[in-house]
Amino acid sequence: MTTDDLGTPNGTPTPADRVPIVELRGAGKSYGNIRALHGVDLAVHPGRVACVLGDNGAGKSTLIKIISGLHQHTEGELLVDGRPVRFSTPREALDRGIATVYQDLATVPLMPVWRNFFLGSEMTKGPWPVRRLDIARMKKTADDELRNMGIVLDDLEQPIGTLSGGQRQCVAIARAVYFGARVLILDEPTAALGVKQSGVVLKYIAAARERGLGVIFITHNPHHAYMVGDHFSVLRLGTLELSADRTQVGLEELTNHMAGGAELAALKHELAQVGGVDVQGLPEEKDLRAPVAAPPEGNS
Amino acid sequence: MSDQAVPAVSSPPASGPKERDGRALQRPLLLRLLARPEVGVFLGAVAVFVFFFAAAPTFRTGSAMATVLYQSSTIGIMALPVALLMIGGEFDLSSGVAVITSALTASMVSYQLTMNVWVGVIVALVVSLAIGAFNGWMVMRTGLPSFLITLGTFLGLQGINLAVAKLVTGNVATDDISDMEGFDQAKAVFASSFTVGGVQFKVTVLWWLGFAALATWVLLRTKYGNWTFAVGGNKDSARAVGVPVKFTKITLFMLVGFGAWFVGMHQLFAFNTVQSGEGVGQELIYIAAAVIGGCLLTGGYGSAIGPVFGAFMFGMVSQGIVYAGWNPDWFKAFLGVMLLGATLINLWVRQSAARR
Repeated sequence: MTTDDLGTPNGTPTPADRVPIVELRGAGKSYGNIRALHGVDLAVHPGRVACVLGDNGAGKSTLIKIISGLHQHTEGELLVDGRPVRFSTPREALDRGIATVYQDLATVPLMPVWRNFFLGSEMTKGPWPVRRLDIARMKKTADDELRNMGIVLDDLEQPIGTLSGGQRQCVAIARAVYFGARVLILDEPTAALGVKQSGVVLKYIAAARERGLGVIFITHNPHHAYMVGDHFSVLRLGTLELSADRTQVGLEELTNHMAGGAELAALKHELAQVGGVDVQGLPEEKDLRAPVAAPPEGNS
Repeated sequence: MSDQAVPAVSSPPASGPKERDGRALQRPLLLRLLARPEVGVFLGAVAVFVFFFAAAPTFRTGSAMATVLYQSSTIGIMALPVALLMIGGEFDLSSGVAVITSALTASMVSYQLTMNVWVGVIVALVVSLAIGAFNGWMVMRTGLPSFLITLGTFLGLQGINLAVAKLVTGNVATDDISDMEGFDQAKAVFASSFTVGGVQFKVTVLWWLGFAALATWVLLRTKYGNWTFAVGGNKDSARAVGVPVKFTKITLFMLVGFGAWFVGMHQLFAFNTVQSGEGVGQELIYIAAAVIGGCLLTGGYGSAIGPVFGAFMFGMVSQGIVYAGWNPDWFKAFLGVMLLGATLINLWVRQSAARR
């Protein structure tokens, strides 16, 4: 294959000359004498999805905690808009436009969708003693914003707990986008979801990128990562094992970096069964018969 | 290998015009109504009303209704902040004795210092709010369940009420303050009556309904109400999106303090003296009225109108038994059955309404 048909999802070349919104340079974090993260480089550009992969305990959580302001790095640098910063609270990160969407820590299940959307930043009208919620405007705005992200809900009054896990994630993403996030950190948004719901979330990650946001997509699922990612960083035992653009790495290689041997075979097999995946990127059928016995059940 | 294909998902899904995607039908009006927290208790109140209306002829008179409403209002005024606090995810077991603490404070301050009763009233307000603030601050500070913290406050205040009253007045009841300066004014505010159509109503009924309207507005139409639901529904999420959790919870406890002050002032100016050992057990009545009124014990769900009907049910039962000529000893048994029944109805209503 030639590399002529390469391109980023936006059809623009890699903006190497542009300053990344968020950048880590040799960043690391030690808890006492335990080095959880060491020498990590990561750059997040607007309109790009940076995937951070790694198995449990690889340092993914530590990485997002540094960027989202929950923890401080102990080595290297964290740069926002090219300038070194050191966040002491999540609020500071939020003020710089870095929003983190955690798996569950985002919504109040019994409250309606629109109230959840504006929770903590409610729109009001009227002078103080009778200052009240501007319900009509909030509902309209929430509906518009969700539609912009491609989320169509029948009833904004329904408790957000009645939505599916994927839809809840999407509302949380739309909310972060509306409240001025420039960088979205998504902490394993597809971890607890089924295949279909994961697809829904991946669509909105793509939608967020279309709107020009930088996205940090934390996951341990290379398939999900490869469906939307522009850049891939694989962490292993707290250090960068791989840092490559989409043009430099294939799904197979990515999977290879994530796991080896038996796990790899199992993952390949699983991949072959997922419908709607980037099929062109699939390895050959015979490759699936890896060292360890994997049932020959390819449907490609 | 053509690994370098563009991502499979690259464009946002089309956002169609305002249309329903057909998965969820518009729920029938009745079901949507049933999903409201106060509907179950409303139906229950109607049932109790019809029952006593049929069983007790005297229950049908206007004066009987005035008595029922008065009884309901003294419970209802406290049930409102207790319900708000419950929506906010916390309990206050000290609310019953806090009423007496407030009344005792007002009575003793004005009597012992021979001052205008309004001085006592203001001091009592400060004390009541301080008790609420203490409860809230302790709960937020320690992270312990409010059940434990306020159980401590409850026992503490119960002892303080008795001990301080005896210490100061040498008696378990305070002295009569009806001849003191400002008493008539205060009585007009907290414990007067008015006549409508030949029937005499207590002013507390008006306060009760007024507070209920205000609480409903605050709960559904203001930031503070939004925060109340949020801190009760999921404290951590609320904090993560910038809701001032501590402020909200502590002020909710102080709101209960305010309610205790108001009811305490009513008792003081209605009966002129205060029995220092009273109030024990009332806190459970308030909580029961809130729960019957559709508030979720675990927080995050409820209304201010529900507890109004909950308190009204209590008033109807307690007076209805008397009007029906039954032994009033049965009152509590009746209440227990009612509480269980209401809770079951609420559960059933919510489950059938939430089903899609």
